[in-house]
Amino acid sequence: MSIVVEQKEALDARIAPLLARAQALYEDLDLRAVQAWKSEDPSRRAIGFLPVYAPREVVHAAGALPVGIVGGGDQVEIVRGDSYFQSYICHLPRSVVELAVSGRLAPLDGFLFPSTCDVIRNLSGMFQILLPGKFVHYLDLPQNFDRRLGGEFYQHEMRTVAREVGKLTGIEVSDERLRASIVAWNANRAALRELRALRSERPWLVPTAEHYLVLRAGYLLPVEEHTRFVRDYLAAVRASARHPLDNIRVLVRGAFCEQPPVALLRTLERAGCYVVDDDFLQGAHLIPNDVREDGDPWEALSDAFLHGTVPTASIYDEKAEKGDALVRRVREQRVDGVILMAPSFCDPALLDQPMLQAALEKAKIPFTSFKYAEDTGQFQVIREQAGTFADAIKLWGSA
Amino acid sequence: MSTTFVNLSSAEERRAAANAIKDQSQERQKELIAGYFSSLAQAKANGKKVIYTFVPGNLTELIANFDLLPVLPEINALQNGMRGRTGDFIHLAEKGGHSEDVCTYVKADIGMLRSGNVGPTGEPLPKPDALLLSYTGCFTFLKWFELLRAEYDCPVIMLHTPYQGSGQITPAMREYVVKQLREVVIPKLEEISGKRYDEEKLKAALARSARAEEDLVGVLESAKCKPSPIDAYFGGVYYIGPIFTAFRGTQEAVDYYQLLRREVEERAAKKLGPVTPEGALEHERYRLVVEGPPNWTSFREFWKMFYGEGAVVVASSYTKVGGLYDRGFRHDASRPLESLADYCMGCYTNLSLPDRIDLLARYIEDYEADGFLINSVKSCNSFSSGQLLILRELERRTGRAGGFIESDLVDPRYFSAANIKNRLESYFQMIEAKRQRV
Repeated sequence: MSIVVEQKEALDARIAPLLARAQALYEDLDLRAVQAWKSEDPSRRAIGFLPVYAPREVVHAAGALPVGIVGGGDQVEIVRGDSYFQSYICHLPRSVVELAVSGRLAPLDGFLFPSTCDVIRNLSGMFQILLPGKFVHYLDLPQNFDRRLGGEFYQHEMRTVAREVGKLTGIEVSDERLRASIVAWNANRAALRELRALRSERPWLVPTAEHYLVLRAGYLLPVEEHTRFVRDYLAAVRASARHPLDNIRVLVRGAFCEQPPVALLRTLERAGCYVVDDDFLQGAHLIPNDVREDGDPWEALSDAFLHGTVPTASIYDEKAEKGDALVRRVREQRVDGVILMAPSFCDPALLDQPMLQAALEKAKIPFTSFKYAEDTGQFQVIREQAGTFADAIKLWGSA
Repeated sequence: MSTTFVNLSSAEERRAAANAIKDQSQERQKELIAGYFSSLAQAKANGKKVIYTFVPGNLTELIANFDLLPVLPEINALQNGMRGRTGDFIHLAEKGGHSEDVCTYVKADIGMLRSGNVGPTGEPLPKPDALLLSYTGCFTFLKWFELLRAEYDCPVIMLHTPYQGSGQITPAMREYVVKQLREVVIPKLEEISGKRYDEEKLKAALARSARAEEDLVGVLESAKCKPSPIDAYFGGVYYIGPIFTAFRGTQEAVDYYQLLRREVEERAAKKLGPVTPEGALEHERYRLVVEGPPNWTSFREFWKMFYGEGAVVVASSYTKVGGLYDRGFRHDASRPLESLADYCMGCYTNLSLPDRIDLLARYIEDYEADGFLINSVKSCNSFSSGQLLILRELERRTGRAGGFIESDLVDPRYFSAANIKNRLESYFQMIEAKRQRV
């Protein structure tokens, strides 16, 4: 065995356990990691939040663990969940209800339902009925972006969440505690920014599925632990011997809420596409830049939401700039083409698509589009479509 | 409700009486709606500016305060649906890149726009001078106006209406809406119209709104009589037409609802059933509560499936999307903006799911319904998502028979007459079986 090969194996051995852990967390639908965290101190509480975005800093400052609930993906057999939804409702709420009625969300002490869409909104009411006695809060995120209007309302919402979670933990959220939480999440944002930058610069080092799993681990781990985890992964892949393939660079939009199965992400890469930018698990990076750490922390969090989010289908596009923002992002990321990939029956994503397509057409940026569900199991058609898209760009520079 | 009952001697007499009293209010309603569409067609020629907005949480009195005309895209879509035009419009929108999965009101509107923006009455619709996005109870509204803004290149006035997730309107929610009205909506409407906000004028309009609302409640609650003199769903959509569109706050609405109420009370006094397209219903066999919007593309056929079996809808949630007045809310001239805020947040689709269930359960009891039926429409997640849990909860709480059918608002591809008829027939049999057990 040559020295080079030995070195490669040693380096891959650094990545493997990290990925194994991320995979285990991804598959942890019984929330064993949450139970383990809670068992260390009986006073600990965990709060689930639905897509897309909730200010996790507030939950953290109240002494609870924010846990992302993004459905059961392709891992859950829907036994009862389907009986709660008509065939034309997207898949995510079915698996969320399945997880709830099968007791797998029992380690959670409460739930936040952000104002993402009508389905998530109504799901908040369903949880009030299905899980009586649990703390269930509909989190109305502002669609007015004036600090004195939407900002003030949002601060009131956040304080309500802090008060209610504080009742569960016995911890009052002081400005100091909230500021400390902002610092912790800023450290996490910095690590994620680094990860995204590395992926954009050398996408062969950070395959899409791995990037996703690393991101997803942050929906279960305490933030400090996740930050260390991301940094460990960064160090491991930077030192790896992974080499580039002849793939095109693509950007994905539309997958902001219901998550694609990991196998679908691998399919895109195998079809010849490096995903260098995406909106998977968007709550983790909706606010990509640091939140102000000085001054009033409530105001800082509010300002970050009002003016620091990336465009997404569930937030009103006040300045009609989402098309331009997409084109700008394509240029910045030196992307060859765009994949518009939305969940079936997702009103926000699918209603956004014509506007995004118009912007791409105007800028003469190649794109392709398809729909998926979190439990999509057949990838051949998608592989062919993405492969043809990649080949066309490689051969002719356009799809 | 207090009524005097008079028995008419023959079926002919009853039918004649029904038709005689039907005409006056129905004709008036038709005149109002036709006049409204004519005024839209002539708006630009008459120097009138136009605001597009939505039915739930509409700010009709405020729009009128600036002499602006409201255009309601859902009304255009449903009116087009009733006239059989939406199939082509939807096809056109889908050809242009709109997904088959999404709201068909939106696609019908986009298709109509691409076809020259000729409205349901055959008259052209004016372009908007602004889009007033008071999006109560429906996220799709937000995307809809983003799409229209791209088509029309006009300003959008956003009014974020908080949802009653915890089953109440909190002071913070009210304050947020009032501040937006005062600091965003009113200044923008002043800018567009070139007119100053006149609070006294608004107060007068709100006082008229409350009078019309009082009479509308009287009409809807007449269905507590046996037999019910109205159908509160199929007939109800005609009754709510003026107040849900452009007429709330006008003297015309006050007069119309007075007239309608008088007619309905006369019908109740004479123990007449509701007016259907084939005359008065003579034998009320089933009293139903219905949740969800109707199908518009086959509206008459759909209705006939009910009245053909002697089924009368005595209460419905759909007739509350533009205002939930039978729980006591009235526009209040003494607190104009607060009252508008409460109105916006109080519409049916802005209620939490448990609140919707409470309301429907109360309807079932108060109106002595034999059962309840959910018409689940593919287009509307705001209504539809969670309806199967509503069905279970209502069955559990009331013990009455629950039925579930599926259709769509304005996409004719999703109205399967045979399937719906089969389900309804089975449902009526279920009610009969329950009766026999009792």
